[in-house]
This record gives sequence, structure tokens and C-alpha cells, in this order.
Amino acid sequence: MAQMAILYDATRCISCRACQVACKQWNDLEGETTSNWGSHENPRDLSLNTWCKIEMREIKRDNRVDWLFNLRSCFHCTDAYCKDACPVEAIYHTAQGFVIIDHNKCIGCGLCVKKCPFSVMQRRKAKGAVPQKCNACIFRLAEGETPACVKSCPAQAMVFGKRDDLIKDGRERVQRLREGGNQSACLYGEREHGGLHVLQVLSNAPEVYGLII
Amino acid sequence: MTQPWTDAANSDCILVIGANPASNHPVAFEYINEAKKKGAKLIVIDPRISETASKADLFAPLRSGTDIALLGGIIKYVLNDIEKYPDNYNLTYLKEYTNAPFLVNPDFKGPADLEGLFSGYTEDGYDRSSWQFQTDAAGNIKIDKSMSDPECVFQLLKKHFSRYNPEVVENITGTPKEIFLEICRTYSATGQKGKAGLIIFSMGGTQHTHGCQNVSSYNILQLLLGNLGISGGGLNALRGIGTVGGSVDMGLYPGVFPGCPQPLDIDTSLEKYLERVVPVAKDSKSLNWLNNMSKYFISLLKAWYGKAAQKDNMFGYHYLPKINVNEDYTMIAMAEAMKAGVIKGLLCWGQNWAVSGPNANAICEAMDNLEWMVIDEIFHTETTDFWHRPGVNPAEINTEVFLLPALNGLEKEGSVSSSHRWLQWRWKIVDGPQEARSELWIINKIAAKLKQLYAQEGGPSCESITNLAWDYGDTPDPHQVAKEVNGYDLTTGKLADDFTKLKNDGTTSCGLWFYSGQYTEKGNMMARRDPTPNPLNAAVYHNWGYCWPLGRNIIYNRASVDLNGIPWDKEHPVIWWKNGEWIGDVPDGPAPPMAEGGYKPFIMKPDGVAKIFTNGLADGPFPEHYEPWESPVENQLSRQQNTPLIKVYRPEEWCDSEQYPIICTMYRIPSGWNSGAMARNLPFLIELQPEAFVEMSEELADSIGIANGDRVIVENKRGSVNMVAMVTKRFMPFIIAGKRVHQVGIPWHWGHTGLSTGDTANNLSSFTCDVNMMQPEQKAFLVKVRKA
Repeated sequence: MAQMAILYDATRCISCRACQVACKQWNDLEGETTSNWGSHENPRDLSLNTWCKIEMREIKRDNRVDWLFNLRSCFHCTDAYCKDACPVEAIYHTAQGFVIIDHNKCIGCGLCVKKCPFSVMQRRKAKGAVPQKCNACIFRLAEGETPACVKSCPAQAMVFGKRDDLIKDGRERVQRLREGGNQSACLYGEREHGGLHVLQVLSNAPEVYGLII
Repeated sequence: MTQPWTDAANSDCILVIGANPASNHPVAFEYINEAKKKGAKLIVIDPRISETASKADLFAPLRSGTDIALLGGIIKYVLNDIEKYPDNYNLTYLKEYTNAPFLVNPDFKGPADLEGLFSGYTEDGYDRSSWQFQTDAAGNIKIDKSMSDPECVFQLLKKHFSRYNPEVVENITGTPKEIFLEICRTYSATGQKGKAGLIIFSMGGTQHTHGCQNVSSYNILQLLLGNLGISGGGLNALRGIGTVGGSVDMGLYPGVFPGCPQPLDIDTSLEKYLERVVPVAKDSKSLNWLNNMSKYFISLLKAWYGKAAQKDNMFGYHYLPKINVNEDYTMIAMAEAMKAGVIKGLLCWGQNWAVSGPNANAICEAMDNLEWMVIDEIFHTETTDFWHRPGVNPAEINTEVFLLPALNGLEKEGSVSSSHRWLQWRWKIVDGPQEARSELWIINKIAAKLKQLYAQEGGPSCESITNLAWDYGDTPDPHQVAKEVNGYDLTTGKLADDFTKLKNDGTTSCGLWFYSGQYTEKGNMMARRDPTPNPLNAAVYHNWGYCWPLGRNIIYNRASVDLNGIPWDKEHPVIWWKNGEWIGDVPDGPAPPMAEGGYKPFIMKPDGVAKIFTNGLADGPFPEHYEPWESPVENQLSRQQNTPLIKVYRPEEWCDSEQYPIICTMYRIPSGWNSGAMARNLPFLIELQPEAFVEMSEELADSIGIANGDRVIVENKRGSVNMVAMVTKRFMPFIIAGKRVHQVGIPWHWGHTGLSTGDTANNLSSFTCDVNMMQPEQKAFLVKVRKA
């Protein structure tokens, strides 16, 4: 079975947050109580009820202001720190490459939460509580559907497909962006942590988005 | 919209002004992104960096209310460039398809000569006789194909915009000169044959006291560049709500009936009415399609009055209410009439004008004065609950309010008219709650009861109601209504194929002529979902829903070909004359190309050409920059501060810039849907943006001691709001005529009902309108801002 992935293109994303809402709806998560902290971005971070969100940044350089969006969610790393940390092998990769927590095996120790370099794991601070994160909509995938976030994106900023194809697609997009004058455009996720299954086309260096390299 | 959304993918350059499709029409971005992938440039012009601007190749900050100064500058640039490099432009298009070569009355003078006014100014409005075209003895309009005669439209246009040089543009708009010039260079490149530029606009362009002239300025630019009628081009007005297209088409506007003008009191007979409204074309090369108006009007009367509409009673013409041309029946006038006790009752159909209407406090005060109000809604809103809004004592409000539970769009069948004229049938997918009913069911009951009561008791002009052919039974069927709108051949009882079959002898009926074809003997055309595109142009779809008129996706498409019917752009053709017939999209009329005896492309105009010189508008045949009613600066261009025919209802509520130095505009956010009646009751959407806020620059925030997230009060003479301050780099102060000017923006979705409540931005806007269409100036007014 081929390795699959999601390609998110930050240069096409319009921050409508359909993905954020579709994820909640599909996974029966609740809308959180938030407050306006002076931003369009909400909730402020991932949580038990928010497995996918759009981050927003305003970057001012010289006289130019850029409003940058990127997807924050589990990256489904090939070298998954969470899986390595798990003492009971409750975390595994599917044949397609997505990182899933087996709730039946999980003992709720919380070690995976600490080890995730992206801090995407969310867990109630209670004994035995199982961490929550994006599960790549594996039940949808089993039916031949795409993840809910991808399906909902009106701007076609998210694509689901074979990882190799998406890497090729991502590289072509970066090439086009560079030819168009943006030398900072890059593809994030090709090799990081053994290769991520959520790839991102970015208009700036990953550090600008708070992404580790 | 002149084109379907799908066609944006064919554009070389998309210019977005006064619109934020990324937030408000996100599906648009599938096609805008597709265009960008193919190398198209996105230019976004907005007072702040919006979500759409975040994707722009070129962003231009623009002070709200100064579109014409900017567009005028671009037009001036293009006019100069046309003379320097004529081969870079499509002069045939300009000469043959627009009124650029028409000669204007030599008495015509414009603001360049008259200190900001056009010739013919009187306090009661313009006398437009000096705006008419010169005609020869036979009555034909005089034309100068060389476009060099100083009295021709092209030369008058040059003279008019000669004052709009880059420094003037920068001084008025706050758009830096280098950015302005880059827009000129980039967008004017779409004037080449084979290139296409699309202009997208929305309420940011229209909701001004010179809103119609704003749109005219976009139109003039498109015509100079040959961008109307071609694939990838067009003038796309984005609808603000899914139901407004159908509402407008159905004539839910004073002075308009479905597809026809409403008769005036001076139209003392059917004949007199038709004489006044049916345009006559002198030019044999002009199809002048509206010459068919009598067929549509009489078919409409047959739809409404059935057997009671016959030749011998002028088809029931005297049943129709007539209006006085000097009376104002538009929304603000209606509110003032309620306040004055003239209008005593209101039927409010799912409209939350207590949030969306201008001067919201005044709107609520108007409703306070009604004797009764009937409103159907799916949630409690600020309008259903006006009588116990914060700050009022319900005991002092005597309006009897009937709140009827309504069904929402998913709980009933019917059609929706999209921004791009696709009529798409929607099915019921879930039962509504308890006794909720569709508006169709409700209005059917009301009308049937009125009919019965008038028949029993009589009353003034009661035949208007009693003679209505109103027989939808107890449970009206939307299919029956859709068929009535489509129309019938009354001699056979069969559904009409389309409006070309309608007659003016009483043998056909039709509820809205340009929708005819939506439901025929072949079935419900609106229900079709065949995604097969047209083989000539993949942006065109004939079998997905019903695209009015007649399935024509890209309108004015006869301008997409030369006089021989060959496309200007063979790689993106819309129609093509091949082997004696048209292939591609439905052509604007089946006649051959002009060189083979066909007619001019703009078939809805009596002259058959597009208007650069718009002598039908009340406030000028060319757009001229004037300041919004409330402005922090004097008009840099002329002594005429505001548009001279500005419609002001409450002059005492004018805010001066000394006390109220900050410009305020309003807009929308992705999670907020218009007045928030639905959105502010849905936890997923409330999570995205839970509280009302005002966006402002870091510089303004610093100057008044505001940190991001602090609460502020924004206020003026009409009202005030208390909101969270969103301090952002995306708003920047403008330098206007050497003076630093601040602008803030407030999403207008909030009110006091629902799960997420907040102050109503429209507390701040005013009862001030554009004289042509009476849309309020909700996009530029003055306020002051302070820490709460």
C-alpha cells in the first residue's frame, strides 16, 4: 500500500477555517468557549476539542506587511517521537503512514505528549487519560474518502494523495513561486523527522512560522 | 456577475476592489488560485490587508470612499497609453462596441470646467439635455470613428480625467504613487487582444453616496481594455447574500416589477406606460432587445391576473399600484415613514435590518412606532426582539409583534440564484421543527385570506387583490410557482420554452421573463447537475442548473469576437462563428456576425453599444471624485465637496472631522454571516470569533493608549459601540493631502441576541444615500475612538 499524505499550500490558504470546523464536525468535537484576544485566530492552540487549526502571523519587513497562514495539526511524522516514547506500543503507523493512538492499549502515562516536538498531543490531566490528536480520518480513508479537512477546503489549498506525488507537486509549486519572485518559498516536510505525512508549501522559511527544522 | 466563477481561472489579471472574496465567497478562491497557478496576477485594493489581500501579488491601500480617484488615475494612464501604443489595445472593440466615438451635445461641460459639477445642474437634479448625443437629420447618433473630434466621448473622457494624475491620486486616496503606477502597468496589460482582466467588486464599492459612479468607473476601465464579454474578463459584482440575486431579479425593489419597470402615476394607460418604457432604436444594427418589453409585461399581467387580464381591460393594468416618481419608497424612507406614523404595519420576511440596516438605532426607533409587525424567522434576532433591546422599556413600546417560525433553506424546496446567474434547485433534506413553515406557505395563507376578506367586504382598489389568479391551494407547491415564473403558452397549456416565445396578445403568461426556460416541458432545468463543460470553453456549463438568460454563461459575448465572428482570443474563445453558425456559449442573439449583417453586441442597450458616457445616471455621465458625506479632508479635486445630488435624510446627524477625526468602514469575516442571525447561534462559528471587534492600526492604537485586546468605545452622533480592539499591522495610516488620517474597520455581524452578542456596528452609519439606487453610505463615515 502506498504512503499517503496531505499537502497544505499556505500560499493558497485563505484562512476560512473550514478545515478547523470540518474536523470538529466529523470527529464530534465541541466548539470551545473562546474570547477575542485581539486576533482572528481562535482557539489559541490545539486542545482536546481542537485537533486542527489555522495559525496567523503578521510579519512586517521594510515597508511590506505579510499576513501568513499555516496549518497546525499533527504532522504524522515518519520518525514519530510519540511512538518511540510510548512504553506500551500503543502508537503505530498505518500502512499509509499515519500515526494513530490505539485507545485500548494506551495507559494514559502522558510521555508522548511531552516528546512531541510540535506539541500537538493534547491530554486531560487525569490518570489514564488518553491523548487526543488528528487521526487522519482513518475511517474516512478506509471508505475511499479524503480527510474531512481536505474535503472541506473551498480554495483547494489542501490535497490528499500519494506522498511521492505530493512531494513532486509541492516542489513544482515552490519552483513556480520562486520563479514568480519569492525566493523564500519552500516545501516543509519532505525530510523532517524522516519525512512528514502532512507537507506544507510555505511562502517564508519554516522558522517564520514557528516550525522547527 | 457577467461571468461564472469558473471563468476566473481564465483570467490573466484579477483586480479585486471593495470586496473580500477570501472571506465572503471562499469558493471563488478555487478559481482565483487556479488562475494564479497559470501565472495570473492578483491585485487587491482595500483600506487594509484583508484575507484576499494576503494572497495578492500587488496590494494597494485605499482610503474608503476614494475609488473614483484611483480608477480615474488608471483610466488616465490607459488613455495616454492607448494614444502612445495603440497596437497594445483593441481599438476596434472601443470604436465598434462602446459609445467612445459618439458625439455629445456641444453644450456639455464637465467638472474640469465647472468646479466639480456637470452642465445642467439645478437644485432639483441635473437637466440632462446637454448630456445627449448629437444626431443627424434622420435621428441617428453622430459618430466619429477616428475618436479625435473634441466633442466625442473618447476626447471628453480624456479631458475629464486629465486632472487625475498620480500625485493627485496619491493625495486623495493615500495609495503610494509607486504602487498606483504598478497597478496601472500591470492591469493595462490586459488591454491586449488575447489578454483578459477581471474586476471583482462588492459592497465596498457600492455602499457609498457615489456608489453607482464607482461601478461606472470600473466599467469604463474594462471597456477601454476590451475586457467585457471575453473569457477571463468581466465585471463581477459579488452578491452579499444567497437570496439577494433572486430578490433583485423578482423585482423586490421600489419602482421595479419582475423584469419590468413599475408603472408611474403619469402612465395613465397601458399604452402610455409602454410608450414610456419601451426603448426605440434608431440604429438598424442595434437589436435593442428591450423593445420586446410589451411581451414581458403583458405576460407578467397574465401570470398575475389570469382570466381577469384581457385585451379589453388592458390586461388588468388598472389593478396595478402606480408610484409617483418623486416619492421615495426605499428602505430609509420607509423607516422614516414608520417613525412619522405614516406606515403603521410591517411584514418583515426574515430580514434583520436592526443589525444590517444603516443607523440601526433609528431603524429600531422606527419599529417602536409601528402598530404591528409580522416577522418570520428561524432564530430570535435583533429585529424580532427590537421591542426589548437593551436600553428600552418594553412597556413603552406599543408595537404588536407576531413572530412566525420559519423553515430554513435545508428544510424546504426551492431555487437559489447565484452571483453568476445560475438558478440551482435545492431539495428538502430534513424536516423543520414543530410548526415552522416556509415563507411560501405563510404568504400563500395571507394572500388567500386577504382575497377572501376583500371579496366579502370590498375596499379601495380591492380588485388588485380579488382578481389575482391565486390558486396554490392550502399547501403551495414551489414547483407550481417555478412553472408560473417560467411561463405558459396559454393556448396549449404547455410550459413556455423560453422568453423568445412570449407574446403581447395575452396568449402567454410568465412571472419573470428572463427566468423563462428554468422549468419547461423537458422538466426542471434548475435541478440538472451535469458537470460536462462546453467543449469550446471549459468554464461554461449549460447543463448544471439553469443559467439565465437562456443558458448564456458569459454575457455580452458578441464583444468577444471581431466583426467577422472570430474570437479576439482564440485560446479562450466564448463563441465562434464557424460554417455559418455559432459554436460555444449561447450567443447574445443568434444573428450572424456584424460583417454578415448581424448586430452590435450590447443588445440590452437601445444603441447596442456599451456606455462609457453614462448619460442615464442621475448624477453625471462620467464618474467624478467627491468625498464621502463625512470626510476628514476637503475635496482635493474641486470645490464640490460631496456628490451634488447626495441624498441626506438627517442633516443634523452629520459628523464633523474636528470632533470625529477617524474614518470608519465596515466589513465581514468568514465566521460571521451577515446579521449573525444564524452564525451567532452556532458554537463552531462562535468559537472562531466570539466577540465583536474593531480593527485599527498600531499607530492609532498607540496614539490613544490602546493595547491589542483592550476594549474601546467607537462613537459618533448616531450611536456608539463598545468592542475589543484588534490592533494590527494590516491597517496603516493614510497620508491625505499631507495630513495623517486614520481609518478603522468594524465587522457588522453583531447584535444583542443569540449566543454571541455584541454591539451593532451599524449604530454608527447614517441615513445618507446614493441618488441613483438609494444604497446607504455604510462604507465610509466618521467616528471618534477612545479607551473604554
